[in-house]
Amino acid sequence: MSTFAELLVNGISMGSVYALIALGFVIIFRATEVVNFAHASLLLVGGYITAVLHDDVGFLLALAAGIAGAALVGAAVELLVLRRARVENHAVLAIVTIGVDIVLTTELTRQIGTEVLSLGDPWQSKVVNIGSVSIAQTRIAALLTAAALITVFLLAFRHTSWGLAMRTAAEDAETAALMGVRLTRVSLGAWAVAGALAAVAALFLTVFPTPGLDRATSFAAMKAFPAAILGGLDSTTGALAGGLIIGLTESLVTGYQGDLAFLGRGVGEVAPYLVMLAVLLVRPAGLFGTRELTRV
Amino acid sequence: MSDRPPRPAVLASDRLPRPAVLAAVAVAAVLLAFPFYLDSFWLQTGLFAMSAAIGAIGLNLLTGATGQLSLGHAFFLAVGAYGYVYLASDGESRPGHELAGLGLPTPVAFLGAVLLAGAAGGLFSPIAGRLRGTYLGIASLALIFIGQHVLFNAEPLTGGFNGRDVPPLALPGVTFADSPELVVFNVPLGALERLWFLGLALLALAAWLARGILRGRPGRALNTIRDHEVAAAVLGVPVARYRAGVFVLSSMYAGAAGALLALVFRRTVPEYFGMFLSLDYLAMIVIGGLGTAAGAVAGAVFVTLLPQLLTRYSDGLPLVAAPGSGGVSPAEAARVLYGAAVVAVVLFLPGGLLGMWARLRAVRARRRAAPPHPGLDQKEQPA
Repeated sequence: MSTFAELLVNGISMGSVYALIALGFVIIFRATEVVNFAHASLLLVGGYITAVLHDDVGFLLALAAGIAGAALVGAAVELLVLRRARVENHAVLAIVTIGVDIVLTTELTRQIGTEVLSLGDPWQSKVVNIGSVSIAQTRIAALLTAAALITVFLLAFRHTSWGLAMRTAAEDAETAALMGVRLTRVSLGAWAVAGALAAVAALFLTVFPTPGLDRATSFAAMKAFPAAILGGLDSTTGALAGGLIIGLTESLVTGYQGDLAFLGRGVGEVAPYLVMLAVLLVRPAGLFGTRELTRV
Repeated sequence: MSDRPPRPAVLASDRLPRPAVLAAVAVAAVLLAFPFYLDSFWLQTGLFAMSAAIGAIGLNLLTGATGQLSLGHAFFLAVGAYGYVYLASDGESRPGHELAGLGLPTPVAFLGAVLLAGAAGGLFSPIAGRLRGTYLGIASLALIFIGQHVLFNAEPLTGGFNGRDVPPLALPGVTFADSPELVVFNVPLGALERLWFLGLALLALAAWLARGILRGRPGRALNTIRDHEVAAAVLGVPVARYRAGVFVLSSMYAGAAGALLALVFRRTVPEYFGMFLSLDYLAMIVIGGLGTAAGAVAGAVFVTLLPQLLTRYSDGLPLVAAPGSGGVSPAEAARVLYGAAVVAVVLFLPGGLLGMWARLRAVRARRRAAPPHPGLDQKEQPA
């Protein structure tokens, strides 16, 4: 039972990290209708900056620099690439972000090389014991931070003029523009916020029990894609639910993979994608996505 | 002729005028002559390019013509490659090392591999038919990870981490291997030389089929689905069925490409069929030009040759056997270059290499047909 509780807490904690990434992904999709395949590389940018700087300036400053750096790179991608690409077909825009991703990921993995970089977090491998259940401090920190960030974000989305601009732009871009919403600013802001959230997620993807930031981190970040789509690409609630589902699935399947040995080694890595396919079979628009209805 | 605006150059090849026929014959002759002159490095590179071209044509049918993004192309290549190996090789059973195989005649195995890839695409069709565009892109990401998992774990089928040897294809009269010696015009034709002709034939067949599909009724339907799904449905195009159908078709192209690739490599290894391979294919069709067979071929040649050229000339390694084995940094340089090329093409060269070629030809044609009314040129410009 205590194993189960541990797996549950770890799953929820990982899920909240995935939810952070997926949230950024969904924000970009809502603001610009672009599926951002470069999201994993934004995350890598943030993580790498934090990892490089933390020895010199301390953890918190390095993290702030990582967040700012990822936000800047996100904004730069929007400003320099996507704003200038005048194509109707959204699949082509998605492929452009794949191009950006190839460039960024290749360069960053080259920089990282074969090393495993530590991000210099204050929690290290300390563990909290509650009864017979032991939970890593990093997992608790991840859960609390992600929950706080998501709350702040959702409140801002609902109550600030920035959030209003985002929501109206997603609802009907043309009308929003006529009402004085600056669409360019909205999409720039969306990319920057998504980058910042990804950088925070990078921290929690690479702390204990994960060894650190390495080449495989971008693959871990990719699990946010199934999280985003199984919740519904255009739904912030969906991103949260999707993140939790993916986190729990991964944690439980990995934890009990001894009992699932017939499925082969490392089935925990694949399980999120299987869950995504199962959900999409039943609900092609995702759990919370708006079903598109067209009136002719 | 001269009082009409010149037709867009893309259509100019509709009625092959005489120079185009001559050019095509000349290109074919040069391509057929290559094995007699090139060394094995270039032959292998060329074969990789041909296999990539076949796969890219398939992906272009799906992504370029129909607007359905797929990141799962590498999975279907793997199905083709491993399918061929499984169907063609005899089973092996040593203690602790068991490999299954059906031992079918190799041409049958090749066809079977293509059909197997198609069947795998068909299994995915409940999702491929319902999801639109970029949604499918994310969903198909699952295929990569599931594919890698199966390749590494289903050891009796795939040989696991170490992969499996590929039995050479044997058509009646010719075996695509080095052993029964074959000398034509004083040039010994080994496995690569023989495969070169097979590759050309397969590529020609693949391009011809895709061209027919794209220019005929199904092509129009697919383009309408891409441009306006509702309009397509209103015109009576069964959208879901066409989407699923083109997904199956593109998987079969990938299967053929994978089987050919396996024949060239002579060994299949699982990590080759990962995420990056899928990204390569997307880069190919964007760089070459979306929605046409010729664009796919151009992009495939570009993306395949680039790392090989860099590898060859950056550190002067003689005859590298497999792509990527010639040191990491040329491969990385190539990757950054074509990632940037994807972005640059979309920003500055809509239509890709093929679009650029068409525009160059249009400019030349306009110059040649000196306009009798100087004002006409301006009217052609869209306001």
